[in-house]
Amino acid sequence: MNNQRGLFYNVDWVTILIYLALCTIGWFNIHAAVFDETHPSIVDTSTNYGKQFIFIMVSLCIATVILLLDYRFFSALAPPVYIITVLLLILVLVIGRNVGGNQAWIPLGGGFRLQPSEFAKSTTCLLLARYLSGTNVKITDRESFFIAAGIILLPMILIMLQPDAGSTLVFCSLIFVLYREGLSPWWLITIAVSATLFITSLLYNQWIVIAVLAVLAGLTIFLNLRNRKIMLPILTGLILCIGFVLAVKPLYNNVLKQHQRSRIDELLGITTDLRGAGYNVNQSKIAIGSGQLWGKGYLQGTQTKYSFVPEQSTDFIFCTIGEEWGFAGSVVVLGLFLFLLLRIIAIAERQHMVFSRIYGYGVASILFFHVIINIAMTIGLMPVIGIPLPFISYGGSSLISFTILLFVLLKLDSNRTGYA
Amino acid sequence: MNSFFARRYVIAGIFITFIAILLARLFYIQIVDDRYFYIAANNVVRKNILFPARGPILDRNGKILVQNEPVYDLMVIPKQVKPFDTLKFCQLIGIDKEGFDKRFEKAKKYSPYRASIFEKQLSVAFYRSLQERLSDFPGFFGQLRSVRSYPDSSAAQFLGYISEVRDKDIENSGSYYRPGDYIGVTGVEKAYEEVLRGQRGVQNLMVDSRNVPQGRYANGAYDTAAVAGERLISSLDSRIQKLGEKLMQNKVGSIVAIEPATGEILAFVSSPTYDPNMLVGRERGNHMAKMYQDPYNPLLIRPIQAYYPPGSSFKPLDGLIALQEGIINPQTTYFCPHYYMAGNHRVGCEHFDGVTDLRKGIAMSCNTYFCNVFDRLMNRNGAKNTRQTFINWKEKVNKFGFGVKLNVDLPNEKKGNVPAPERYDKIFGENRWRSSSIISLAIGQGELLATPLQLANIECTIANHGYYYTPHLIKAIGDKKITKKEFTQRNYVGIDAEYFEPVIDGMQQVVESGTAANARIPGIIMCGKTGTVQNPHGKNHSIFVAFAPRENPKIAIAVVVENAGYGSSWAAPIASYIVEQYLRDTISKPKAQIDYILNANLLPPPKGSKPKLKPGKTDTLQKAKPDSIVKPELKSASAKKKKKPDTVYYANQPKRREDE
Repeated sequence: MNNQRGLFYNVDWVTILIYLALCTIGWFNIHAAVFDETHPSIVDTSTNYGKQFIFIMVSLCIATVILLLDYRFFSALAPPVYIITVLLLILVLVIGRNVGGNQAWIPLGGGFRLQPSEFAKSTTCLLLARYLSGTNVKITDRESFFIAAGIILLPMILIMLQPDAGSTLVFCSLIFVLYREGLSPWWLITIAVSATLFITSLLYNQWIVIAVLAVLAGLTIFLNLRNRKIMLPILTGLILCIGFVLAVKPLYNNVLKQHQRSRIDELLGITTDLRGAGYNVNQSKIAIGSGQLWGKGYLQGTQTKYSFVPEQSTDFIFCTIGEEWGFAGSVVVLGLFLFLLLRIIAIAERQHMVFSRIYGYGVASILFFHVIINIAMTIGLMPVIGIPLPFISYGGSSLISFTILLFVLLKLDSNRTGYA
Repeated sequence: MNSFFARRYVIAGIFITFIAILLARLFYIQIVDDRYFYIAANNVVRKNILFPARGPILDRNGKILVQNEPVYDLMVIPKQVKPFDTLKFCQLIGIDKEGFDKRFEKAKKYSPYRASIFEKQLSVAFYRSLQERLSDFPGFFGQLRSVRSYPDSSAAQFLGYISEVRDKDIENSGSYYRPGDYIGVTGVEKAYEEVLRGQRGVQNLMVDSRNVPQGRYANGAYDTAAVAGERLISSLDSRIQKLGEKLMQNKVGSIVAIEPATGEILAFVSSPTYDPNMLVGRERGNHMAKMYQDPYNPLLIRPIQAYYPPGSSFKPLDGLIALQEGIINPQTTYFCPHYYMAGNHRVGCEHFDGVTDLRKGIAMSCNTYFCNVFDRLMNRNGAKNTRQTFINWKEKVNKFGFGVKLNVDLPNEKKGNVPAPERYDKIFGENRWRSSSIISLAIGQGELLATPLQLANIECTIANHGYYYTPHLIKAIGDKKITKKEFTQRNYVGIDAEYFEPVIDGMQQVVESGTAANARIPGIIMCGKTGTVQNPHGKNHSIFVAFAPRENPKIAIAVVVENAGYGSSWAAPIASYIVEQYLRDTISKPKAQIDYILNANLLPPPKGSKPKLKPGKTDTLQKAKPDSIVKPELKSASAKKKKKPDTVYYANQPKRREDE
């Protein structure tokens, strides 16, 4: 029966169009970011934009291959590819090439190199989906929870050893998957509260924060004096919060590295060093801010063209978009991403197979995390974390891994109606 | 399994919220806050000031007096400097370690990333020798710029000099100038600053993050080209200017020559002078300090700033005014018994001239004759009305440009002095003075003080039979022939043309058979008048004024040589050489005679301090010093002096600039 279906049978074209649009936007903006008068051709392979063109072509081939495969293949292959990824992550720690402080790349020859952490995102998603879709597995069960958490934590720990904080954090986004499958909302609330407390304790004196927390707890109890049941959880929460607040400073100073601390300090305005730690973000904000409503026009961005913004074709690619296409361009790109994310949720929800649905949420979570962190970083809302903007940033590994991530979902989706 | 279906909306909601936060932030920094737009422009655009070439100044024959010469400023970009042998470097450019540290700190303070001047104005030759070794010192490089250069090394006081702007200049110019710019400080450089400086251009360059230029901003749409300063054609004739400077070497004094038909100044010699090239380049400060300490004050612009009583050179004016007033006619005679008695005050006369008319009076410089004329002039309305008559006389003298500024096109011109009646009121009491009290004015003494330019200008007036053109030094700006309307207007002095002939006759006799017979130039009729002014500090000042030829005069001249002796012995021959050089381009006098003057050293022995008497203050009796001529002359009634006593008054010299 499968054989009678064409390659693109039942494939979600809307998603593919968004994908193609984002890849094209990326390609053109890489061209603008590293534009060089001596290599004006956008397909000149000695330049980043020429290489990106090759990566796009390769990605399209891989996408085609994925669509040609049998949908059952992914579920079946999830454990072995996960194991291979983990082995590669261990291998990279041994023989990896150190680029920019991260030992994340395995040289492949010919100037190309492989970044296993990029692929770990897809394989972890697959295995997580495979495990959670199993019968008798409930995320609310302790055992299931720990196994699911283990699947996520293993590659995280290996990547953290590189050390690549950005990619490590990406795995945290899988909390959305677990939440969708039944994880208690308290996890999300805890994370939100922790983040808030973390930032406020860095900005303000910890004793003031504790005092404010105590007053809030006291007020809540006072206003609900009749409801004695809430007394205990509130007091427990208060004690936990106070403990966390007291731990923030020592944790911050001892666990985080100097460059990470200075990035956070810059972000929170605790320090201002526009020539040092704050240089990148400041220049990035200048580039984006100077784009105004309509931008400066294609290839007219001065800040990116004259290399005021570092890493402009990879992590800071959004600067070029912001500068040359202005707010209008930013809205288009963010709109495309939001549309893609909501589309993926819709796709996930229409699956009969639990495996497909869980995997779909994994894809959405990972993309969401990348988009938010990357763009927030360029406009000074997040500390500088080196993760790429999906489909747009320059880089073969990231483009191919995102393509695989997305097209596996599209393949699964093309089989959404049947179990067979 | 689908019990948590509703959670999809929670997740979608979280996604939408976060994207919305990003959009809001983008909206703020891209549209609401335009700060980044300007920072970006600042980031990337560097305004490069293009300095225009300052206009050159030529003499009347097209010879260059001042032009621009390339020099190199040694620049440094502190961030690019790598550790190096400081000592060797200091030796190379000739500074000490301390100076090095000071400069380097200053450069670092200005900007570690941008170039600032480390050492100014290295000559091309010096820079060439430095250049090869400069590669051992990264961060240092030479930047070409231009400075003033004077191929003839002459006319220093006329040209003036330029200097780096002071904060006050910047303020006064409404921030037109920027620190490091140059501005004319004296002379023509100052008077014509606005045409000489040209117009600065701006080049908007795009630079990358390492400040490396990447091309023009907006394809040069906002760039402006530098417009070079205008070329000034001066009226100076560098041949006689140089001859004059040579003749005046080792002497203190001035030569001013003017073309009567135009008012164009042909020679403007102030001696002692200096080589204007000394005020350019690295040694400028040292040279400047030396000149400030020079007892002969080379920075004084003597032709317009030094005061001398005109002495006998004033006598033609006496005659002219008396003729115009109808007091005398050319035939009127007085008997000269070797002296003149003003009341009981005796004014001596050098000669026993006997029966003297106007022509002879001028030719022989007869004091008696002119005292008589002046006495009659002052008493023509009755002795009681002397004051009013004097005021009337003063106005007439002022019309000749005496005691008023001539408005020559140079800054800091002094106006000389014709005393006001109030002076005499103070000395003698109101209305208690008579012609005899002020008789010394008749022979150009008393409080009468003139600049050499004013003396030369009077000769122009006589040559023109009654009018003069405002003397000026610049005859054309670029292609524009007329610089100021005033320079083409005749200034009439209120004496009818007919009265000039007898006076000119007398002046012709001065040169042909009178007091300046040694200045006679065969074949050229020169009319002149000598003046010998007594100097209580030393030898007499020698003055000669003249114009030539008599018909269709081409040159009017005033020569003052301080401490030289008789007007006839020094000033007159110098004037004759210059006149002949100008009219014939050669000097017929024997070389030995010229050399005698050329080689004479008439510098007075330097004194501890220069006379600092200010004009206008010295002529009050109360303040007059014992060695001043003013006192005995004003008390004239009892003065017994035979010679015309005198001194020289220096005008205020420009205040020393702090940076020199």
